[in-house]
Amino acid sequence: MSHDHHHDEEAGVSRRRVLECMTWAGTGVLWTISGGVPRSLGLVDAASAAEPGLTFLQISDSHVGFDKPANPHALGTLEEAINKVKALQTKPAFMIHTGDISHLSKASEFDDADRIISQAKLDVHYVPGEHDFLDEEVKFYKERYGKGTKGPGYYSFDANGVHFVGLVNVVDLKAGGLGNLGAEQLEWLEDDLKGKSKSTPIVVFAHIPLWTVYQQWGWGTEDSARALEYLKGFGSVTVLNGHIHQVMQKVEGNVTFHTARSTAFPQPAPGTAPSPGPMKVEDSRLRSVLGIASVNFKQGDQRLAIIDTPLQG
Amino acid sequence: MTLTYFRGLGRHLLLRFALAAIIPLTLGAYSAQAQEVQVTIDNFTFTPPELTVKLGDTVTWTNHDDIPHTVVSAGKFRSKTMDTDNSFSFTFTAAGDYKYFCSLHPHMTGMIKVE
Repeated sequence: MSHDHHHDEEAGVSRRRVLECMTWAGTGVLWTISGGVPRSLGLVDAASAAEPGLTFLQISDSHVGFDKPANPHALGTLEEAINKVKALQTKPAFMIHTGDISHLSKASEFDDADRIISQAKLDVHYVPGEHDFLDEEVKFYKERYGKGTKGPGYYSFDANGVHFVGLVNVVDLKAGGLGNLGAEQLEWLEDDLKGKSKSTPIVVFAHIPLWTVYQQWGWGTEDSARALEYLKGFGSVTVLNGHIHQVMQKVEGNVTFHTARSTAFPQPAPGTAPSPGPMKVEDSRLRSVLGIASVNFKQGDQRLAIIDTPLQG
Repeated sequence: MTLTYFRGLGRHLLLRFALAAIIPLTLGAYSAQAQEVQVTIDNFTFTPPELTVKLGDTVTWTNHDDIPHTVVSAGKFRSKTMDTDNSFSFTFTAAGDYKYFCSLHPHMTGMIKVE
């Protein structure tokens, strides 16, 4: 299995941990059987024996406009991902996109992305990646995706009793540092969570991982500890990120951190290459390292079931 | 340059003479040997990471990665986004240490020392 699966939990195997491992085992088996999302959902449901609740999808790092050797057809593989979404038997409630919609923030790249993503006929909740703020006046992202959001584009909403928070950690980055949320956004977050019942499941999504995956490559967020402090009392917190173009998961107490694949190109595992740049794999392997994630929340479960599905394999 | 036509003993002397005549007109008070210096970006790294130049020298950064980068020195200079094989040049007209970084990948840092 391709997951880098950290367990940072306190000693002792909790029921939660057993369930989690079952979930991953189920997912692995499914990949071998079919790789199909509906079927994998079915099996995972059987494994954890719960009623289906809210299901939503995560897509990330479309990098529309990217045409380098690692994938000369980033728009094409985005379309393949969206075709997979369209083919789902159980329609998800909505999609989240965790940033790097475009490669260079050109209007034409955003246009192309919108044309393909809208074919899924789902509401899409976006957060920006650093590649979405590259236009000269830094206005395209906010104009197109950030209506009604605060600052550079953070916001929250509720769905099926789950509270979703979209954060921006790709602006005002400091030399030598990592991703950055900034004081203003952190204050807003504290306010936003105030008064929420601690039993409310929380899903936080942002582009750069909110835990330090690999400092040497800048894969982390400088001031995420403060954000996590505000999330401490909640029973179920899921943090969904992109940016690193590979699946990674870490569980720390009540918080599950997870990163999704890109639909454009893979990046190397931490420290396995001279740089985090696009990784060229054999053409026949490319679609096995690109993909989408499906997230299923069942009432009463502390942990959300996250299923990563490659475009192929 | 026409100077390349001069060969033999007199060449260096003539070259010096010609430069001495031209430089004060074009570069004013700056060093007579204003240089063009290159910094490359490969694998998310500035090479060389630290560089010492003279007043009036021009540094050109060129991005060889498949990912865009920028060069930003707070309050001093800021490049546009450099896609693959794009360059950015800056001529240093004041002495000092110029720390800079890539605003997209802030772990990428470098420094130009201007003497």
